Amino acid sequence: MYSPRQNFHQTETAGHIMTTDAPVISCKNVWKIFGNDPEGYLAKMPAGRSYDEIRADGYIAGAKDVSLDVSKGEMLVIMGLSGSGKSTLVRCFSRLHDITGGTIEVDGQDIMELPEKDLIDLRRNKMGMVFQSFGLLPHRTVLDNVAFPLEMRGQDRHTRRARALEVIKLVGLEGREDYFPRELSGGQQQRVGIARSLAIEPDIWFLDEPFSALDPLIRREMQDEFLRLQEMLGKTIVFITHDFDEALRLADRIAIMKDGVIEQCDTPDQIVMNPATEYVRKFTEDIDKSRVVHASVLAKADQTGEGDAVSARATIHDLAARLVAETREFIPVQDGEQVIGAMSRQEALRVLVGAD
Amino acid sequence: MASVTTNAVSPATNQLTASTIAIWFGCLAVLLTALQYAGILPSWLHRLPESWIPPFALWLDAAFNFIRTDLGLEKLTRWFAEGPLQFMLDTTANLLYGKRRWPNFEQIPWSAIAAAATVLGYYLGGWRLAALAGGTFVWTALIGQWTIAMETMSVLMVAAPLAFVVGLGLGIAAWKYAWVDRAIKPILSVLQTLPFFTYLLPAVIFFKVGPTAGAVATIIYAIPPMILMTTLGLKKVSPEVVEAGKMSGCSRWQMLRHVYVPAARTEILVGVNQVIMLCLAMVVLTAFIGMPGLGAKLLAMMGSFKLGRSFEIGVTIVLLAVTLDRLSKAWVVKLPEHFEKGTPWWKRHKYLLVGVGAFAFFTVLGIFVEWFSEIGRRQSWSQGKEIDTAIKTFLAFDIVQGTTEKIRYVLNVWILNPFRDFLLSIPTSAFILLVVAGALALGGRKPGIYAAVFFGLVALTGWWDRSVITLYSVISAVILATLIGLPIAILAARSEKWSKRTLLVCDTAQTFPSFIYLIPAIMLFGITATSVVMSILVFAMVPLVRYTVEGLRGVPPEMTEAADMSGATRLQKLWNVQLPLALPTMAVGFNQAIMFAFFMVIIAAFIGTQDLGQELQKTLAGTDLGKNFVLGICVSLMALTFDMAIMTWAEKKKRALGF
Ligand SMILES: Nc1ncnc2c1ncn2[C@@H]1O[C@H](COP(=O)(O)OP(=O)(O)O)[C@@H](O)[C@H]1O
Ligand SMILES: [Mg+2]
Repeated sequence: MYSPRQNFHQTETAGHIMTTDAPVISCKNVWKIFGNDPEGYLAKMPAGRSYDEIRADGYIAGAKDVSLDVSKGEMLVIMGLSGSGKSTLVRCFSRLHDITGGTIEVDGQDIMELPEKDLIDLRRNKMGMVFQSFGLLPHRTVLDNVAFPLEMRGQDRHTRRARALEVIKLVGLEGREDYFPRELSGGQQQRVGIARSLAIEPDIWFLDEPFSALDPLIRREMQDEFLRLQEMLGKTIVFITHDFDEALRLADRIAIMKDGVIEQCDTPDQIVMNPATEYVRKFTEDIDKSRVVHASVLAKADQTGEGDAVSARATIHDLAARLVAETREFIPVQDGEQVIGAMSRQEALRVLVGAD
Repeated sequence: MASVTTNAVSPATNQLTASTIAIWFGCLAVLLTALQYAGILPSWLHRLPESWIPPFALWLDAAFNFIRTDLGLEKLTRWFAEGPLQFMLDTTANLLYGKRRWPNFEQIPWSAIAAAATVLGYYLGGWRLAALAGGTFVWTALIGQWTIAMETMSVLMVAAPLAFVVGLGLGIAAWKYAWVDRAIKPILSVLQTLPFFTYLLPAVIFFKVGPTAGAVATIIYAIPPMILMTTLGLKKVSPEVVEAGKMSGCSRWQMLRHVYVPAARTEILVGVNQVIMLCLAMVVLTAFIGMPGLGAKLLAMMGSFKLGRSFEIGVTIVLLAVTLDRLSKAWVVKLPEHFEKGTPWWKRHKYLLVGVGAFAFFTVLGIFVEWFSEIGRRQSWSQGKEIDTAIKTFLAFDIVQGTTEKIRYVLNVWILNPFRDFLLSIPTSAFILLVVAGALALGGRKPGIYAAVFFGLVALTGWWDRSVITLYSVISAVILATLIGLPIAILAARSEKWSKRTLLVCDTAQTFPSFIYLIPAIMLFGITATSVVMSILVFAMVPLVRYTVEGLRGVPPEMTEAADMSGATRLQKLWNVQLPLALPTMAVGFNQAIMFAFFMVIIAAFIGTQDLGQELQKTLAGTDLGKNFVLGICVSLMALTFDMAIMTWAEKKKRALGF
């Protein structure tokens, strides 16, 4: 009933800037199989083979027939249990893994076709990546780590130093430029990782569980920091996490993976309200839906209510007090100045008490 | 699925048949030996007839000649030896002991080197290392051994960097290309078991006598561990660091240069440490092909039984070894630290400045005060004569002499000689069967087959008796070392403190060049077979004790605690829990002990043995490359047989225990 694309247009409620250009990353029927002869195996494999059957054949399906588009300026969060293929998929996007089947286009360019030199150029100019355990070079200072991608593309010492200092300041590490990674705390090391990935001003930013190695307090702080950065920079982001709260805080869309397959890719509201599969329903069971669902989702265009309107961008949780005090059956919802419909109070209350 | 099940079952059936075959072979060997004793064994089963022995040496000679002259390899090697290598050696020789060659400087004053070494020691490891490094050089100068020590160092300073570069390059190649790895692996295992005399002769023939040949032999000898450590380090680089490098847009060369090699720093530096230590050990040994230096002096002094001077040289060598080892190890763990912002230039480089300053100061001082530059023979504080007299008086005490005499008598008459004669009395066929049976029982099918091929080859070379005598020295020394070392190690492992101390002693002892171990043996037991066994014994005991302690200490505490809670006595705990769990690690130590013994037994040829080493040493005087190689390969094949059987066993045990 909802196509992801359509939903995506409705997600302006999430508060991020979006455009409707052609997708930045577009992948079609992507397979990534690990094993001795993945290409040969995929070619001979009968259609519809399950993850476990593939496993019994001695192969592991890291990504299984994945089709997905990421639009410019979007923040896509990939979620799933560990081993579900999140990292694999993102590594296919940046061609750290060569895919076994399907196509991946970045800005309309099939990256599997790229010769080594162009691939290096792509990474030097368009992509940044942050790693779970930071991946810092132990023998280089903070400054040299951050300047590393610039050094690799041959920028002269002076410019790269200036730029590195700029991003170091951006992530709040000024004064630590001369430290070595092992002299920093986990949170600080990850800031270095973030700064390094931003140094080349990438258009596309991959973050593979960037905060899961950090303890909860610092994680929260880093998420805020990250949101601040994203507000400033407005990049296209693919963010991996296995923490639902984190996903909800950040995502425009969430893709939920299991055994290499994307079970559902949708806005947080839709994932919570209309889980596509049993697995997704289980996955989202414990979520406080009222904090996720926005008024806009409940607004029915064919209904009109009376009186004051509520904002489409408010969550049901935000509206809790009002909903309880209200007596109207239908409450108008407006996005900006325009009324987009009305939501049923009963339905909203059901979301609020978690009766769904 | 089908293949999985067969895989799971087949090792078990293999195992079964392997051990059954082992028992059959063992019985057959006993039978053959009994027949031999009864005098009814056909003589070709006892020893291979001369006429059956193929002229391996001649064939090898022909092959070498072909490579040397027809392929023109000799021209190339000679060019290298007389050109670049000679040039480098001359340069270091000029700087270190004033040999009249380019750049024609005076020798660097000893005090300047000692001062620089002190500063370096302080920078790397504080006052202790400063004292050790400075003290070593001061001692060397004061004792009047500066020139010979610098002769040794001048070769080391050329050989170690070359071995490093070649080892690093080959290590990178082996890591990058699977086929290089496959090609290099077997060569490395042969190289690591090949007796050092076998390195020497080809070096002499291809690179002419003296320092150049010595340097080449040293370089080749030191390369293998560098290769191994390099590949190990590169393989261990964390995948995320690699990915970070790729995402930073590194080209292949940039990846290697800026990501892999720096990230593998620790392993590569451990490789450097090993290169330095092996170079030192080998440079000392190259005395056998006429390389001047500490080794040559030691050889001469021991040959003329000048114990005092031998002792002093021994101390110098040990000090140098320990200093080089500790300095390079300190470098491994020395990680860069940041300076606060705005630290002035001179503060950032203060150690460098102090070092250069001290060096310059003493260089200048040396110009004005001769003593600071060079200490002549007569000015030296050497107490060679006095120590000599002291040692000899000590040895002449009745108790001492009585004890050593007794040990010598008991060992020789009751143990060593009967054991040797017994081994020699076993028919070749039975001997091979026994070895194969042992390899089968320990390692299973593959080591068994290799044992058969390897020992079969040894028999075919025609050097059977000498090989058996070599083996006899090795086995008896290792058994004695086990009898002495095991209790020591078990006792030491009981407490944390003593374990640490024992490990420190072993670590230090392992840095001594092997040659050193001859000195005390010769002092106590003179030039006899007992000295041979004694020196091997001590040398082989070091890894044995070390690995036993490590194995026992490495037993997970929950297991010993579980034993305690089950009410085990100390002995029960040791026997039922600690030893079984430590056994795989101990086996590695035992294996190393055997490898060390094979190495030492060849050096002991210097004392006078009747084994392969003796023959090998004789070949050094000539140009008999074929024979030299055949002898070397015999040693190598025997060592490899043990290595394979024991290591396979240890691996299997480890896996079974789930380590
Ligand atoms: N290089 C590899 N070789 C073989 N299997 C791999 C490799 N990388 C990942 N896998 C397998 O692919 C599956 C997905 O892994 P990954 O993408 O890392 O999961 P996630 O990031 O979701 O935890 C896992 O079963 C993992 O074992
Ligand atoms: Mg992952």
